[in-house]
Amino acid sequence: MLKIVVCVKAVPDPKAAGNIKIDPQTKTLLRGNVPMVLNPLDKNALEAALQIKTGMEVHITVLSMGPPEAASIVKECLALGADRGILLSDRGFGGADAFATAYTLAMGVQKNGDADVVFCGMASSDGATEWVGPEMATMLDMPVVTMVREIIPHADEAWEVKSALENGYRRMRVRLPAVFTVTRDLNSPRTLSFSGIIKARKKTITEWGLDDLGVSAERVGLKGSPTIVTEMRTVENTRKVEFIEGTREEKAEQLVQKLVEVGVL
Amino acid sequence: MIDFTFTEEQEMFRKAAREFAETMIMPKVAEMEKTGDVSQDVVKALAEADMMGITIPEEYGGLGLGYTERLIALEEISRVSVATAMMLQVFALGIEPIIKFGSEETKKKYLPGLATGKRLATTAVTEATGGSDPTGIKSSYTKDGEDFIVNGRKCFITNSHIADTITILAKAEDTPKAFCAFVIDENMPGWKATHKEHKVGMRGCNTGELSFEGLRIGKAQLLGAEGKGLGVTMAAIGDVGRGGMVGTALGLQAACLEESIKFAGQRILYGKPISFLQSIQNKIAEMKIDLEAGKLLGYRAAAIQDAGGRSSNEFAVAKYYTTEAAQKAAKMAVDIHGGYGCMEEYPVTRFWRDAAVLGPSAGTSDIMKVIIARWAMS
Repeated sequence: MLKIVVCVKAVPDPKAAGNIKIDPQTKTLLRGNVPMVLNPLDKNALEAALQIKTGMEVHITVLSMGPPEAASIVKECLALGADRGILLSDRGFGGADAFATAYTLAMGVQKNGDADVVFCGMASSDGATEWVGPEMATMLDMPVVTMVREIIPHADEAWEVKSALENGYRRMRVRLPAVFTVTRDLNSPRTLSFSGIIKARKKTITEWGLDDLGVSAERVGLKGSPTIVTEMRTVENTRKVEFIEGTREEKAEQLVQKLVEVGVL
Repeated sequence: MIDFTFTEEQEMFRKAAREFAETMIMPKVAEMEKTGDVSQDVVKALAEADMMGITIPEEYGGLGLGYTERLIALEEISRVSVATAMMLQVFALGIEPIIKFGSEETKKKYLPGLATGKRLATTAVTEATGGSDPTGIKSSYTKDGEDFIVNGRKCFITNSHIADTITILAKAEDTPKAFCAFVIDENMPGWKATHKEHKVGMRGCNTGELSFEGLRIGKAQLLGAEGKGLGVTMAAIGDVGRGGMVGTALGLQAACLEESIKFAGQRILYGKPISFLQSIQNKIAEMKIDLEAGKLLGYRAAAIQDAGGRSSNEFAVAKYYTTEAAQKAAKMAVDIHGGYGCMEEYPVTRFWRDAAVLGPSAGTSDIMKVIIARWAMS
């Protein structure tokens, strides 16, 4: 049976991104009442695993690192069709950058054992570094293909994948085990269903902390993070309305001139 | 202490229903508004998302969930399309008498198909001479051996032209106080859907007439005891019909509030968004108060039923309150939009038309007051 691990993250709902503020003193995000949701690209990652499951025997484990409240998004993944959920949760994991997150997740994948495929969203909607997948692959000593937009799984353990490049794509065969980070072009994620939620009643979520993973506190969380955020600010969007007067020709001329001035033309 | 919180699972049901409504129904709303017809894509989507089998027991292929979950689903669907919520709520109105009063054979015959959407249900009680007063109906039956022969016609029947599994009420021709409830299906000759109504709102939800001419019904199709059919249909309307209207109204209230907040935040007047004006804030506050109060009334009634009780009176209160509040909210939402509130590209025009249909559906507000007064004085 093919063992797939899908790494997922709870992020502030991007639809309510306008309500998220930045604390000017601490440079941390003030999430307010913005609910936590499953990172949109992680939905594509889970969907990839679920689609593969329709064609072959597959066991899907969903792995997430986050506070205890993140269990709700793991539960959501179980309702969408994953078989098992693991939440890596410990105060020691707090404040992790992409590197420490990748390390913690890699240790989770290792403890879960014998993963044939690890799927990640290409990026999270809040951090957006795109580093976690590739860093995790390095730590697990697995090949990685980023920005995957098409997958043709084969039983012979070498999958065909198409990944996005700036001006085109790259098609390759990849021997498993491997890590894939996926784009939104890969598939259209399914939505939650009532029957899926009912089926998830029987599925379990395992919680692992620092001691369960058996890793040093120096390698995880803030202590294990080689990068720190030094500046964060809100981009102000301003809107200015100006009425152009004159004849039709004069208006057109002025409009073109103004568009050139602001750099649109 | 009373626990007013939804369970984690119920919150997930809400999320599922909202995602479903926004991804599968919302893209079809414009088409339904334009044609006024039921969207087959929407019916198919409702079936695939298990929405038709929410309260059908698991042993008959349903989800075996309760009235609270049904209310959650209806609220979220109505927030996107009142017409679709109405159609769905009446499917359940047709399903409930089979669950509660059908024989084991009847349940096995119909419920699995109804749970998966292969069959579509409704209940037909209302006639020109009796709806709120069902004893005034003229559709009648005579006995022919073990069979019943039904003649008559029904009007204002939701899902009239799409349903193939229909609970009907008829009175005995020779014993005016004896009523029978039957379930009929497409394989029985002698009935047909006739006139289709063109409603002011809820476009995309079918309403029309049914006619019965020499409709022969076997004894096995009886729901409840012979002569006791009034109780069968009234129980369904009281518990499921009114409850369904509450979910539908709550969704419309929420939609009115959301669109009003959105518009009031964007529309600039006196150099500021109109949301800064107290007169606008008053309307938004009233909508919010009504929505919160309506939820408490509706979900309490649903919780009573989930605990095994009857709550047709509590649902009468909630139905009165929420459908009145939805009409009020739609008017206020249109007012907040000013001139834009008359333009069809703004959804509040649809809300206003839909709200007009909410009041009389499943019993007018005046009839709800009759029921509530009777309850208060009992």
